[in-house]
Amino acid sequence: MAGLLDLTVAAAAAKIASGEISAEEYFQAWRGAARGDELNAYLWQVEDGNGYEIEEGPLQGIPVAVKDIFCTEGSPTTAGSRILEGYRPPYTATAVRRLDAAGARVLGKTNMDEFAMGSSNENSAYGPVLNPWDRGRVPGGSSGGSAAAVAGGLAPCALGTDTGGSIRQPASLCGIVGLKPTYGAISRYGMIAFASSLDQCGPLTRDVTDAALMLEALQGRDPLDSTSVGIEGGIVAPSREDLRGLRFGVPGELARDSFEAGVREVFERTLKRIEELGGEIAEVALPSAEHGISAYYVLAPAEASSNLARYDGVRYGMRSASAADLLEMYETTRAEGFGPEVKRRIMLGTYALSSGYYEAYYGQAQKVRTRIAEDFADSFATVDFVVTPTSPSVAFGLGEMTDDPLSMYLNDFFTVPMSLAGIPAISIPAGLAEPEGGGTRLPVGFQIAAPAFAEQKLLEAAYALEQAVGFDARPEGSGG
Amino acid sequence: MIDRDQVLHVARLARLRLSEEEVETMVGELSGILDHVDRIGKLDLEGVEPTSHVVALENVLRADESRPSLPRDVALAPAPEPLDGAFRVPSPQADA
Repeated sequence: MAGLLDLTVAAAAAKIASGEISAEEYFQAWRGAARGDELNAYLWQVEDGNGYEIEEGPLQGIPVAVKDIFCTEGSPTTAGSRILEGYRPPYTATAVRRLDAAGARVLGKTNMDEFAMGSSNENSAYGPVLNPWDRGRVPGGSSGGSAAAVAGGLAPCALGTDTGGSIRQPASLCGIVGLKPTYGAISRYGMIAFASSLDQCGPLTRDVTDAALMLEALQGRDPLDSTSVGIEGGIVAPSREDLRGLRFGVPGELARDSFEAGVREVFERTLKRIEELGGEIAEVALPSAEHGISAYYVLAPAEASSNLARYDGVRYGMRSASAADLLEMYETTRAEGFGPEVKRRIMLGTYALSSGYYEAYYGQAQKVRTRIAEDFADSFATVDFVVTPTSPSVAFGLGEMTDDPLSMYLNDFFTVPMSLAGIPAISIPAGLAEPEGGGTRLPVGFQIAAPAFAEQKLLEAAYALEQAVGFDARPEGSGG
Repeated sequence: MIDRDQVLHVARLARLRLSEEEVETMVGELSGILDHVDRIGKLDLEGVEPTSHVVALENVLRADESRPSLPRDVALAPAPEPLDGAFRVPSPQADA
């Protein structure tokens, strides 16, 4: 059993294709592991999976943990919210369909911050997810259940979504690989909308090769999402062994940004590793990135306030039982169905879009977004990649930041600029570091960002670096 | 930064009923967040084009042909109160 669960997705798929192991045996082994979930990583698990028709393909027989933000026909889909409790969508998201078509099977739906709003998974209406490295700490968010499932040996790979860092930050905090593709690489159809101009789904995996395999299955134009374009030429398994001839830009602003000493140490060690592989480190300037959080926390809540208007108790989800008239029904349904963070963001977004404030907030934030995209474009004129830590700290304690929304938002400091620019970025585990204040050493992620649609190049570099870093630490007691 | 009356006004626009306690918390928290966000209000961005979409796409159109959509009963199935092929809601006026 343990042997099967140790395999990467690429290795397992190859063994299943050659008949060395059976898809059924592999699936049941993972089902057994998933049933032992003590992290609250899953909100729903597949009943038995018997009699399921497996498509032949590159992910033949691979179980996937799917973030509960993806609609899956006939099975519960809550987006981590009370307001969608009991909802069973009448259709399936394109991303999930594409994984199915490649031979994968949904193993379960994973816990998440309500409507993907959060960086710790503490905003789920169904309880927090525990970090497999230290159960007193958060797994990150909002794809916290997906990250904890992969890191904790409860799934071989997972699907997540990233609006301002929601794949990369939990991947970093859980010691796995998380990739946010270019906006438009993968269809958003059937992915419950948070901030439509930023939302993008992507893989959370044990290694870079598995991320490439999943991305190839996921990417592509979808007539049901007119903003999807796919990745020209597709994605192949990365094989690069060195970084010769590649330039990695480190934002000069990092020198004065405040982040944990342990994170800085791992980051600097990784830069040395890049040089050992023949890569060149150069300084770049992202002068507008420091305004990323401000712009993001105007744009994302503004779009969310509009997207979440659909939860009104009429067509799906819960309805408050106590309303006397229609307006009261809307107001009380939303009051009872949404959690505090979602209410906060709806309020923030509605305020920013309201008459008299639109230009000062939304208009200005859209201009900052332009500036940030220009910063990256200028950087990519001289370097191939921009690198930063993924998160300013290792995993923090449960409840440590819940009273201070602003400091929680600042967790996304390193990941938000790439989201605003729409460019791809990957977080790979680069080492372990002691948290500030001491304790068990915890994973630190290294973020690499590339120009739009340069995923293949990004994965090649991440692969070479991953081989050199050789991160093989696992949380104690994880299934694999 | 944002006062109680504004919070109540915005909550009304957003169709959110807030408890007295939530109103108090919201005044403090939103003010703190807006204080931070206000930094971008001071930037000189005269002449900068706003970005609403990051990928250069224009007029993504499909052929104007009718296609099957969700059958009515399937679309109504997840509704809290489907009635006679429609969504039943409380009356817009309580005494009507």
